[in-house]
Amino acid sequence: MLSKLLTNYEETVAVILFCIGFSTMLLNKNLLKKIIGMDIMDTAVYLFLASQGYIKGRTVPIVVDGIQSVEAYINPIPAGLVLTGIVVSVSVSALMLALCIRLYYRYNTLNLDEIIALAGKEEV
Amino acid sequence: MATPEWFGKFKHRMAEIVETENDVLERDMVRSQEIEPEKGETEEEMYRRIRLEQEKQEEEEIAKRLHEWNSRNVSKVSRGVYCALCVLICVTMIALLMYTVTTLPSFGSPDHPINNEVSARYIEKGLQETGAVNIVTGMILDYRAFDTLGESTVLFTAAMVVLFLLRLDSGSEKYSQLARSMKEAPHADNFYEPRHDAILQMTAKILTPIIILLGIYVVLNGHLSPGGGFSGGAIMGAGLIIYVTAFGFADIRRFFTYKTYQRVVLCALLTYAASKCYSFYTGANGIHSIIPLGTPGAILSSGLILVLNICVGFIVTCTMYAFYAVFRKGEV
Amino acid sequence: MQFVQNFPFFCILLTLMGAVASSVMNSRMARRTTLFLILADLAMNVSVMIYTLQTGDSYAYKMGHFPAPWGNEIRVGVLETVSLTVFLLVILFAFLGGMRKSEKEIEPTKYNIYCILTDLVMLSLIALVYTNDMFTAFVFIEINTLAAAGLVMMRQGGRALVAGVRYMMMNLLGSSLFLIGCVILYTITGHLLMVNIRESVAALAATGQYHVPLTVVVSLISVGLAMKCALFPFDKWLPAAYSNSTPTGSAMLSSIVSKGYIFLLIKVYVRVIGFDVIRSLGICDVLFIFGAIGMVAGSVNATRAKTTRMMVAYSSVAQIGYIFAALGLGSEMGVMCALWHTLAHSATKSMLFISAHTLDHASGDTHLRKDLRGAFYRSPLAAAAFTLGAVNLVGVPLLSVFITKVTMAQAAIQIGGRHTVIALCALAISTLLNAKYFLGTTMQMYIPDHEHPERNAKVKINFYAALGLIGFIALNLTLSFFAQGIFGALLDGLARFA
Repeated sequence: MLSKLLTNYEETVAVILFCIGFSTMLLNKNLLKKIIGMDIMDTAVYLFLASQGYIKGRTVPIVVDGIQSVEAYINPIPAGLVLTGIVVSVSVSALMLALCIRLYYRYNTLNLDEIIALAGKEEV
Repeated sequence: MATPEWFGKFKHRMAEIVETENDVLERDMVRSQEIEPEKGETEEEMYRRIRLEQEKQEEEEIAKRLHEWNSRNVSKVSRGVYCALCVLICVTMIALLMYTVTTLPSFGSPDHPINNEVSARYIEKGLQETGAVNIVTGMILDYRAFDTLGESTVLFTAAMVVLFLLRLDSGSEKYSQLARSMKEAPHADNFYEPRHDAILQMTAKILTPIIILLGIYVVLNGHLSPGGGFSGGAIMGAGLIIYVTAFGFADIRRFFTYKTYQRVVLCALLTYAASKCYSFYTGANGIHSIIPLGTPGAILSSGLILVLNICVGFIVTCTMYAFYAVFRKGEV
Repeated sequence: MQFVQNFPFFCILLTLMGAVASSVMNSRMARRTTLFLILADLAMNVSVMIYTLQTGDSYAYKMGHFPAPWGNEIRVGVLETVSLTVFLLVILFAFLGGMRKSEKEIEPTKYNIYCILTDLVMLSLIALVYTNDMFTAFVFIEINTLAAAGLVMMRQGGRALVAGVRYMMMNLLGSSLFLIGCVILYTITGHLLMVNIRESVAALAATGQYHVPLTVVVSLISVGLAMKCALFPFDKWLPAAYSNSTPTGSAMLSSIVSKGYIFLLIKVYVRVIGFDVIRSLGICDVLFIFGAIGMVAGSVNATRAKTTRMMVAYSSVAQIGYIFAALGLGSEMGVMCALWHTLAHSATKSMLFISAHTLDHASGDTHLRKDLRGAFYRSPLAAAAFTLGAVNLVGVPLLSVFITKVTMAQAAIQIGGRHTVIALCALAISTLLNAKYFLGTTMQMYIPDHEHPERNAKVKINFYAALGLIGFIALNLTLSFFAQGIFGALLDGLARFA
């Protein structure tokens, strides 16, 4: 079993990064660190996806010299999906960071527990 | 040997800078908001007074918060339970996912389930059917164009919500706590812009045209080599950001204002949607499309892909710059 | 191909172009554009619905020149069109009902962004209902999440922002889990098109290959979507998010945003994995248990809520529990019950939110439950709508939610054993609690306030709010009285949904 983890080393690393991001997001109280955790998590998923397309001994899927045989290129689909995913990740990060700025100006703290406590005391 | 005079002056100057670092920075920055010194006070004393007031305020707040937190014992227990639960969940997840990885197909093997007839057609017939030499660009902008349309919409949605949260209008003060607190916080760095930083401006003068040219090259060659609208747009956005950081917002507003941003994004997205409208309608109803595919390898080829790349490039450039501007200053 | 078959695609692109164009409009034009888009989508969808009911079959529409699995594809059938008609009517009445109140609560220069976000939520719902591809579903889930985040934070006060950040944290976690589930599913099957995935999964289940990844995939997708729908125990963010928004915002969040995810989950279970595989993996029981606990926990919390809006929001948690418990029963009747409750709850909950906001406004804007005493005399229309919604959710016969409860009980009895006991107990307890808090609040609306007789004077209601409420009452009564026909059409559609 361990040898399979070493053969699939890219997936293993991606899964470890995913769990690091996941635990950062859950365990940290600081809002910016939670956002960093979320970013790590998303990037790990895209690493996992991109590594699926690789085939040993084949090259980038850009047609050169008119060679169009399947044996010459790696799988192009995961690369395309990752392109879409990265833009989604950027959009989500931008929104979360804007929200951070608003919350900081409002409550002068980035600790999520404190923010929730302070907001709970506010009037409706 | 006696210490040279210049060395003594040098040490004195360094000590001055290190001790009065904040004052030097504040004096050299341009304020967008005027603070008047009180009667009989010099500028130095005014800065010192403001800084002292700030520090006192912060200390009071921290002391108050610490006192509050210490008096809440219940939260400690529930906090402990939550932590333990989270650690348990994380450990379970990592074990489960690692076990899953051991059962997945081998990395890099040609017998992977995803190497099936779908990817085979993209590689074998992609050049003839889409006209793009870069198979991945052909895939995301022709075969699976609906996903890319959705992705541009995600970027647009995020831009709208960020503008909603952070943009300050003239009428904002009544509604927005952000606007009120920005007016009351003269030490907030949103108001500062560096004045005539010689190194930055010289570098920006040389680099910005090169960066933007590189971005345009990447966008236009998206279907011939690695690149495309998204990467090229990000590069061009970075070029604009360097320009505005070096020369200030007043300078870039000569050619890039909020209206520019709105119009460019509107035209680009509408062109994208209209081209896809034509493409999907003709495809679904079996009508032959009149867009020519051109010769593979030329810049003007691959049908609508070039147009779509340019649109996406514009959208991403404007959005990246708008994010920076609205985060930095509250307006594009 | 008939011209009317193009209409789902026209809906999607027209809504998108309208939303983009609204970014340069002022508030009046943006509002008119949104209304136009809702009405246009409704008209087109009704035409497609008539067409699919006539032909009785579902068809696939190529998005591009290449057939699936090389290109994108959307699938249009009876189930999709009937559900979407109900959802679009809900959006229309919710937008009308909250129009004037939203104008007062949202910053005027940013009103057009509110209209854009409403359009985008509508767009993502249409796309999620029609999609036939897993990755397209992920992209539109993200659009839905981001647009709904904007709707939660529309009022820009401190509480709205905090509700927004809690909403985003939980939802982004759910999206990431859904994404990694999709990625592993793509790894083991090699397909992104839902129908093709089902064939591969059936083959894998038969041979037993990749058994562990398949289980993990189904769990990740279920947990991810359950987090986004606020199934117990992931429901801490929901009450604050729903109650701190504008009237239309709360109505759309509770009735449209979460329903898109539930519809997608049902689609994944029926069309992507197949219910026999799900049953054999044992995921159903977990969903059932958490759904049953949610049914009771949501109702208990609602009893203790101080404001009307919190009470209605907590009752949403309970109703989501109903849907998941029905799904967890694992039979065809369970799925039908979940689908029917999705539609019935969508129509009822939005009506409750709009009428609760109107009643609060007429009762002095304190938002407290006890201040609703005598509200019937202040605004009879809103009180009538609230009464209808409350009575419906309690489960009075002849109304739509009664059918949910009966179907769920029947499905549970069919399965027999522990499921029957747990389901019937949960149903009984939650119905009793529903009656306690809903009927309690409703009945006191009809008692005039004797201590302050001036509070019994009638308060003028806004024309659009009245229009929205009348529309909601009509929609709910239609769903109740024509339930037989609509249920039959849904059953028909489900048979061809796979």
